[in-house]
Amino acid sequence: MAIPSLIGVVIVTFLLTRALPGDPAAYFAGPAATREAIEQVRANLGLDRPLPEQFLRYVRDLARGDLGRSLTTGQPVVSEIRTRLPASAELTLLGLAVAMLIAVPLGILAATRPGSLVDHACRVVATAGVSLPVFFTGLILVYVFYYRLGWAPPPLGRLDIFYSPPPAVTGFYLIDSLLAGQPETFIASLRQLLLPALTLAIFSLAPIARMTRASMLAVLSSDFVRTARASGLASSTVVVTYAFRNALLPVITTLGMVFSFLLGANVLVEKVFAWPGIGSFAVEALIAADFAPVQGFVLTMAVLYVLLNLLIDVLYGWIDPRVRIEA
Amino acid sequence: MSALAGTMRHARYVIGENPVTGLAFALFVIIVFVALLGQHVAPIDPLASDTAVALQPPSPHHWFGTDQLGRDIFSRVVVATRLDFGIAVASVALVFVMGGLAGVAAGFFGGWTDRVVSRIADTIMAFPLFVLAMGIVAALGNNVVNIVIATAVVNFPLYARVARAEANVRRETGFVEAARLSGNSEAQILVLQVLPNVLPILVVQMSLTMGYAILNAAGLSFIGLGVRPPTAEWGIMVAEGAGFMVSGEWWIAFFPGAALMIAVFCFNLLGDGLRDIVDPRRRT
Repeated sequence: MAIPSLIGVVIVTFLLTRALPGDPAAYFAGPAATREAIEQVRANLGLDRPLPEQFLRYVRDLARGDLGRSLTTGQPVVSEIRTRLPASAELTLLGLAVAMLIAVPLGILAATRPGSLVDHACRVVATAGVSLPVFFTGLILVYVFYYRLGWAPPPLGRLDIFYSPPPAVTGFYLIDSLLAGQPETFIASLRQLLLPALTLAIFSLAPIARMTRASMLAVLSSDFVRTARASGLASSTVVVTYAFRNALLPVITTLGMVFSFLLGANVLVEKVFAWPGIGSFAVEALIAADFAPVQGFVLTMAVLYVLLNLLIDVLYGWIDPRVRIEA
Repeated sequence: MSALAGTMRHARYVIGENPVTGLAFALFVIIVFVALLGQHVAPIDPLASDTAVALQPPSPHHWFGTDQLGRDIFSRVVVATRLDFGIAVASVALVFVMGGLAGVAAGFFGGWTDRVVSRIADTIMAFPLFVLAMGIVAALGNNVVNIVIATAVVNFPLYARVARAEANVRRETGFVEAARLSGNSEAQILVLQVLPNVLPILVVQMSLTMGYAILNAAGLSFIGLGVRPPTAEWGIMVAEGAGFMVSGEWWIAFFPGAALMIAVFCFNLLGDGLRDIVDPRRRT
């Protein structure tokens, strides 16, 4: 399943590299380069070779973990992405967790009480959530919770400058600060995380809530639920143990789409909150017309996304053994 | 004629049943009106700066306040409608043609056409869509045309898949067989018989993806791609006002952001309403 997608991703990112406007050799050689220097760069980069050979070189470099160098920082793109990835991952995962915590109960409540106030609230949230530009939500939250109420810290990165980052183990400040036994750092980084995570959650909870509601409605009207009710089981047992476990499968499937939303929205949220993740790295590089980091970023995100989808498939088989037997 | 009358009656019924769709349609008309006539409606030149009145909150003279250069935000929001709406319409029209034709051909012919189209759609779906759009704009060049292309490309799988499924169902239907027996070529059948039957569903797809297209384009210009200052565009206006949010000048980013939000909300509601009219089975 994941292999053809990965091959497609590598081919597309290769084509994006070669589709750069103008002459990449002249670009990499710099504005003051002579004709010989440009030819030299062209030979060094292998751009004088036929396209299939360039592709093989590209794949070989990828296999070695070489994504090129950033022109502005001079650092290899891989090391830059590696140091910044935990910041993005921590934010995205917390955003997903918050979205699930809000959307799943909302969907269940809406399904168990169709036509009620909760049901209408669920529909409004689902439509509004996908209509809100994620950068706009983020800014509104900043205005209300930082400027007006003063509850949130300034939207400037992962940690207030008064704190030093905890010793890196996982790269997730929340986990690392607990491992190092620094509760103040934990609180401080949680405070920084809350608003951006909430922004991501608001954007991504719509499909989860909608799907939970729809699949709970389908399961609740099925025969086994009726039987369970008729046997006199408590309503909560029926909903949670019988219905919810079966309703979970379509929700897991929607997570694929949710991750597509999340990873894209992540870039915008990182810009709003000056979050030092790979999204803001790519945006800075884009503005500076520095293409190697952008390509590295696109490739990293795509590979992550393919792997996440693979994980969802595995999870699906684990929850529903019937899928495994068919495969 | 009677079919048209029937559709109209059904449309009236759906709008009557769901007043929200009627509201969305009214909003849509206003947006189109502003997009067409924005330049003439705007009270003040959107590019005229007057530092004497910089950073003023909303007032009777400047309804939405002024930005750091003293430009009138109301006029800028109004004028920006044309660009944002134009980008969305252009990209949706482009993907309508590309994705619609490719999908119909894939579903109708099957075989290698189907394999190629499906493989392209799968590959695009393997990327987080906004990230792919960033990559495309970075590679093709940073301008508005490429924003349109990138937005069209990331929507391609949606159109191609819907068109493919719909054409596939109609491949062996009676009217297609009849056309074939009357001596029409396969290409003729595709264009004259199958395509017209798939169009209504694709039109619904257009209005459903219109909101996403506007969000995508505004998101790209928010991070500094495509549209350049001082052009009035909602995404870039929000970006320009972002820094002022932390110091309390909320109106610079709020009004363009709200305009964007209302437009997207309107398109999403309209898309749902249109789907109810064209394809009542898929109603949720």
